[in-house]
Amino acid sequence: MTVRVVSSGPHAHSMFSVTQTMAMVAVCLAPATGLGFYQFGWPAILLFLVTIFSAVAFEAVCLIVAQRPVARFLLDGSAVLTGWILAMTLPPWAPWWVGTVGAFIAIVIGKQVYGGIGQNMFNPAMVARAMLLISLPVQMTVWVLPDPLGAAGAPDLWQSLAITFGGGGDVDAVSSASTLGFVSAQLGGGLPLDQIMAQTFSIRDLFYGHVPGSLGETSAALILAGGCLLIAMRIITWHIPVAVLGAAAALSGALHWADPASFPSPLWHLTSGALMLCAFFIATDYVTSPVSARGQLIYGAGTGALIVIIRTWGSFPEGAAFAVLLMNACTPLIDTYTRPRIFGRDRKGKPLEIAKGARP
Amino acid sequence: MKLFSLSSLRRGADMFSIRGGIHPETNKYLSAKSPIEKMPMPSIIRVPLQQHIGAEAVPLVKRDDLVLKGQLIGKARGPISANVHAPTSGRVIAVGHFTAPHPSGLPVATITIRPDGEDRWGPHLPRLRPEDADPKDIAQRVMEAGIVGMGGATFPAAVKLNLRERYPLHTLIINAAECEPYLTCDDRLLRERAEEVADGIWIMAKALGVEKVIVAIESNKPDAIEAMRRHILAAGPNARVMRVPTLYPMGSEKHLVQTVTGLETPARALTAELGVVVHNAATAHAVHKAVRYGEPLISRVLTVSGHGIKRPANIEVLIGTPVSEIIDHCGGLEGEPERILLGGPMMGLPIQSLRVPVIKGTNGILALQKTESRQKAAMPCIRCGGCIKVCPCGLMPMEMHARIRNDDLDGAVDIGLLDCIACGSCSFNCPSNIQLVQGFNYAKGRLAFKQSQKHQQEETKRLADARNIRQEAIAEAKRQAMAKRKAEMAERKKAEAAAASGAAPETPKEAAE
Ligand code: SF4
Ligand code: SF4
Repeated sequence: MTVRVVSSGPHAHSMFSVTQTMAMVAVCLAPATGLGFYQFGWPAILLFLVTIFSAVAFEAVCLIVAQRPVARFLLDGSAVLTGWILAMTLPPWAPWWVGTVGAFIAIVIGKQVYGGIGQNMFNPAMVARAMLLISLPVQMTVWVLPDPLGAAGAPDLWQSLAITFGGGGDVDAVSSASTLGFVSAQLGGGLPLDQIMAQTFSIRDLFYGHVPGSLGETSAALILAGGCLLIAMRIITWHIPVAVLGAAAALSGALHWADPASFPSPLWHLTSGALMLCAFFIATDYVTSPVSARGQLIYGAGTGALIVIIRTWGSFPEGAAFAVLLMNACTPLIDTYTRPRIFGRDRKGKPLEIAKGARP
Repeated sequence: MKLFSLSSLRRGADMFSIRGGIHPETNKYLSAKSPIEKMPMPSIIRVPLQQHIGAEAVPLVKRDDLVLKGQLIGKARGPISANVHAPTSGRVIAVGHFTAPHPSGLPVATITIRPDGEDRWGPHLPRLRPEDADPKDIAQRVMEAGIVGMGGATFPAAVKLNLRERYPLHTLIINAAECEPYLTCDDRLLRERAEEVADGIWIMAKALGVEKVIVAIESNKPDAIEAMRRHILAAGPNARVMRVPTLYPMGSEKHLVQTVTGLETPARALTAELGVVVHNAATAHAVHKAVRYGEPLISRVLTVSGHGIKRPANIEVLIGTPVSEIIDHCGGLEGEPERILLGGPMMGLPIQSLRVPVIKGTNGILALQKTESRQKAAMPCIRCGGCIKVCPCGLMPMEMHARIRNDDLDGAVDIGLLDCIACGSCSFNCPSNIQLVQGFNYAKGRLAFKQSQKHQQEETKRLADARNIRQEAIAEAKRQAMAKRKAEMAERKKAEAAAASGAAPETPKEAAE
């Protein structure tokens, strides 16, 4: 008789695996990424490819050094996803080495030194973004106006190669300020808000994404759509996105209501910068967010509030990366205090009392 | 905190929801259409003396005895134990040890019978009219018939019927949820023998003295629900059928009680403390046969299924029939199944040898292919929270597992390891294929071992102390005896000396004294 498997139950398993989960996330990211490719042209595509390729390469090297099964771990798709999200937050015309350095920080410093997948405390892509933002303030804040692929002024593939891999072509010609940077700078200059707002992009443009900005962050609409798909496919639950957006809207709404002249409206906050991407795709990173529903609500609310606070009073125009990292640091604490109630016990772990009137 | 869930919209007003749970592919279609068939007489029957939770039964027969169908061959020992009867007539060819129907494959005390093919009944248990029988007598009859919980828990049914003596009971819930995938034996039983089951339920309700009876059936068994509704009056005027959501582990006793009554059983307590007792539908059927016809529990219906079985079916088999003969009866194995289980895929036990017998608690024999079990190499935990989301007990499986891996058993117990019902939902849902339940079972085993070791140490210490005290006492007694003897000797010598002093008063020896 053949030797049969004798292991503990269950002897059935759901169809989901880590690889499939990551693939689904990628599918949900695709619309916003596609728009980024279309708007910012070949340089964006090249940067995207370089970043992902670097991430996978660094991951492979680390796995070899750590003597882990390379193929099995590479196939889980987490490196691709980290590279992907990092690329989406980079300025689309940034030179190739920004992507590579970012991938190095994300994969090696942000993830593998902690012991690989599942062990890192901070979101790798956000570690990379924050470090790049601090160390390369110029390269990380050069934005270009959307210039659809194939349009008259858009660079063709050869020019794009020069932009990404060469000394960075004629970027200045089309550079612009992102709406966050612009508003922040102008507010610093003492202008009243309604005048500033009149000079920058409308909420409608911000929502659909016809604005300068990071490669994949411009279109709130497409990210929202992808995020809803993510929830519909049960990859994530609604708790973190709703808490992030809700807290951001509530705090900015309160500020705006108190003083409309110096605080922009909640709609502007929700549609600009990385907030939407953060709510659905970054803060929801499994490894670095709390595991219980209650914990996720607290964590999400904290992230949303911090983003508005950093945007309003911080020295950086965008605060998503820092907000996420700060809340990541709180995750173990949140997890400890938000354990679900055990069946038959109260919150403190004592067995329930048998109620006197228990008879139905 | 209760968070909004969509299922709350679908739920009937009189039902309560449980947390977590999973929706595995049920695969019940494989065998749900096959009516219950009787298995032909097997060539050999092996009846283990321990088919239940509690103490092993004491064998009443020896080699070469002739036994009749229904004859008592193993007698319950102690309050928690169960009688064992001969499933057919024949000759006892061995009373010894045989491989247990358990993954360990360790030997258990077993009576082996070679059927004579005549299937001759011995005397039945005396008749009992439940209409005017005392609850005690009904429980006594259930005990004599060797009936145990047939959903797999195998707890002696009579002990549960006697709970009325200790707790005020008001509700009997009949567990016909059959939430384990693949299994269809309870479904078929209700569809084909609803009247008998309803009568068994009525008898049990009478024995328990409860006023309310609820038969809980999962919504994916509409035919069983209908059949049961048709005959529910036979189970008493206050009996009703409740359609519960199809959700694993709905059949878990405490979770079923919560779904049906809204009462949450406290940790480490019995549902009876809330006034609710749960019995399985197949157990009700066995009670019917025992009380109405005096037939002990010697056969049961089980499901043979899985893609590794040529002809999935529901079969009524004699207790003690070897698994291999049942599989042969179902057309044999299809290809090379990856694993063979007794019970359902979620909590069933894999077996190594097909020669093991089926017992009272065996509700299924499954032969699963690799594509069904979907077991893959485990990857690191990605903290996705999938296991927490589905745990019906509100535990944090990933954290318990991490603590167990760090050899922090006490830490795992602190966060609820002993509240885990080993339902397997967490492992099922883990995208990293981590064998969480295996870890928990290992830890529980280690804890039990430690406990027994501690117990043993204490016992050894106690024995050693007792021995010391005993030895001390003996030594003391010896010393006293010595002293007494010495005193006597001295007395005697003195007397002798006194007697001799007249003759020889000045001996040097006497002077030395
Ligand atoms: S096996 Fe234990 S920890 Fe896992 S889901 Fe079931 S009760 Fe929860
Ligand atoms: S389901 Fe698996 S991977 Fe997800 S948190 Fe639980 S143990 Fe970790």
